[in-house]
Amino acid sequence: MPDTSRPDQTPDRSVLLDHVSIRFGNFTAVDNANLKINSGEFFSFLGPSGCGKTTLLRCISGFSEPTEGKVLIGGKDMAGVGPNKRPTALIFQHLALFPLMSVADNIAFPLEVRGVSKKERRKRADELLEMIALPGIGDKKVSELSGGQKQRVAIARALAVEPDILLLDEPLSALDLKLRQHMRTELRAIQKQVGVTFIYITHDQGEALTMSDRVAVMSKGVIEQVGEPDRIYNRPRSAFVASFVGENNALQGVIKVQSGETAALDTPMGTFEARVGGGRKYKAGDKALLFVRPEQLVPGAGDNAFEATLTRQEFEGATNHVFAKAGDSELRVSMVNAGLAGSLPAAGETLSLGFAPMNATILPVADMASDT
Amino acid sequence: MNRNTLFGGAYAVAFFSFLFGPLVIMVITAFNSSKFPRVVPWECFTTGWFGELFGNQRLMDGLLNSVIIGAGVVALAVPIGLAGALALSELPSKLRATLYTVLILPILIPGVVLGISTIVLWGQISRGFGAGGLYNGYFLTIVGQITFISAYAMLVFIARLQRFDATQTEAALDLGATPGQAFRKILLPFMAPAIGSAAFITLLASFENYNTTVFTVLSESTFTTALASKVRHGTDPSLSALAVIIITITLVGALTNEAYQRRKEAEMGGRASRSPLYANPVTRALTHPGVVFAILVGIIAVVSFAGSRHDSSMCEAAVLQEKLDRQEELRAAQKARIEAEQKQQSTLPKSNSAFGGAFGGLGGATPAPESAEPAAPKPESPSAFGGAFGGITAPKLEE
Ligand SMILES: Nc1ncnc2c1ncn2[C@@H]1O[C@H](COP(=O)(O)OP(=O)(O)O)[C@@H](O)[C@H]1O
Ligand SMILES: [Mg+2]
Repeated sequence: MPDTSRPDQTPDRSVLLDHVSIRFGNFTAVDNANLKINSGEFFSFLGPSGCGKTTLLRCISGFSEPTEGKVLIGGKDMAGVGPNKRPTALIFQHLALFPLMSVADNIAFPLEVRGVSKKERRKRADELLEMIALPGIGDKKVSELSGGQKQRVAIARALAVEPDILLLDEPLSALDLKLRQHMRTELRAIQKQVGVTFIYITHDQGEALTMSDRVAVMSKGVIEQVGEPDRIYNRPRSAFVASFVGENNALQGVIKVQSGETAALDTPMGTFEARVGGGRKYKAGDKALLFVRPEQLVPGAGDNAFEATLTRQEFEGATNHVFAKAGDSELRVSMVNAGLAGSLPAAGETLSLGFAPMNATILPVADMASDT
Repeated sequence: MNRNTLFGGAYAVAFFSFLFGPLVIMVITAFNSSKFPRVVPWECFTTGWFGELFGNQRLMDGLLNSVIIGAGVVALAVPIGLAGALALSELPSKLRATLYTVLILPILIPGVVLGISTIVLWGQISRGFGAGGLYNGYFLTIVGQITFISAYAMLVFIARLQRFDATQTEAALDLGATPGQAFRKILLPFMAPAIGSAAFITLLASFENYNTTVFTVLSESTFTTALASKVRHGTDPSLSALAVIIITITLVGALTNEAYQRRKEAEMGGRASRSPLYANPVTRALTHPGVVFAILVGIIAVVSFAGSRHDSSMCEAAVLQEKLDRQEELRAAQKARIEAEQKQQSTLPKSNSAFGGAFGGLGGATPAPESAEPAAPKPESPSAFGGAFGGITAPKLEE
């Protein structure tokens, strides 16, 4: 949509956070964020609530200035540029639709303040309503819309002035599960259609992983890791990322020996070999954590084999969540439901489990302690 | 149970008579031609007190002044109150508490003090800067009143602002609005109902203010000060007529507002909350607040016109005639008595009092004095009272 009105080569819609820190008094809400969001990318910030996501987003949209560092949009330094002058549009956590205006007036508000004629505004509002698949609701009141409709109207309003960057602050958190999943697909489709850079904030790792081109995982104001969803999931660089994104089993141990990409770790359950996360170097005797995901623990002997006693299980259709005790740690194992051809293990049964060294990650203990 | 409802009913009656009794009495007295506001004795139905009210030049001049001053106060106090409320909402909480106290202070200061300090201050200023034109009753009253009335307006705005979602303004800015546009298009429409209430409250407060105004108005007078000085000189039913007008305006306002609120509620709620009144197109049109207002104003216009045509002069003349007749009667009676006394004095020199006959008659049970005896059989009583009492006791004397 913005492309049609700008026939010239696609504008630079990138965002560069250049060593951005934001402090409130002594409290550091965002600590030295340094990353580039590419033009036309769907980029997510993922982190628990209170980690500074909204603060960072407000800084990008111009409601606050960074205490240190610079924000560059399309290569231009945004210092001193107010929110109404930036090529960004923000979708607020609670949408902030204008309750006293009709749906069409809401969507056309950005055009109204730019002096577009009433007729032109109405035409554009109808086009946008068409785009969000809600034609003909322009004359309704905002209060008459459902949660999902409000969501889409807020997106249409933000896109009305063809921003280069669309910032979304947990826009789906107020919706029910079904609608949330539907809107994920929809948001992704709208982003592909308009080609605008989306910066999406969420505490829901499912949302971040399914929609994004890249994800930045944040904890306590610090950006822990930036990368594609599968890299974030499979190659966590810190204990926080490993435990916050998806389910994970953590085993404490002591490094026995490191040999390049892999290391051997002594744990109460035995000695395991695993990939070293984040390209770190350990020496023998260092304390470390081994992370292995429930679905990577597979029955049968082989690499890193050990035995565990099944304590309980939660059957969830496609997967069977099994909880097993090994040494003094409880492990979570996801087993694919083999149907009637297979059989479910019973409580008290002894399981033989193992995992491939490449599917487990050794990470330092230190940041785990500070992050949880 | 029954006793309870009986008691409850009695209590309700007592309560409402206490509340509305004075108003009802006042309304009735406005239509009694008696010179003093009273219900009994009822003399004549009259609308003349309204004419009397409108004919009172001092009150009418005061009314005009009140309207001018009220308009000035509304025009200044509402924006000042709004600005104060907005300033408070922007401040960090510690400063806010301090500024709030400062802004609210004029409400707590006695009006008399505000009035006097206003004239003292502006007296100084006008003398100091030679701006003598500022030292007039209108200007001083407006300035004096807004010192505390703008605080009322501010309280109204603060209450409304507390419910404002500040992200609305942020959203407007983010969508490209200038701060001015965000204010006009987002915050002002949200504040509109509060601006209406604040304007109404400030107008009323200005209109009814006495304590401050009586000082600041100098040689002029407002409706309230004129009314106060009129009451000091004694009251007449034209004040009841004024009460009737004020009550009528209040009722029209209340009924129109009620129609408006009900309609709004019906529009907000689903179909279930709609009464059949809103289903039928005729009754729907009739219950529109504008129509309700027009009907009420129409009724008042007709009643006022009919009232202005009502002529109670015949009745009043009759009452006057009655009074004159009675006066005449009394005078005649007195004259007769005096004549009778004069006649008696020649025959009965001892009884020279009007009550003489009466006491003499009463005393008839005991041995009556000799001199009284010849008076008793007399068919003509020497006085009206004497005759009455004498008549009662007369038979005893004959025994
Ligand atoms: N204006 C502010 N003044 C002081 N502290 C703030 C302010 N805004 C946010 N914070 C703090 O910064 C932290 C991050 O907040 P926020 O960015 O809203 O988190 P998130 O959006 O990730 O849940 C929180 O601890 C919050 O209390
Ligand atoms: Mg947030």
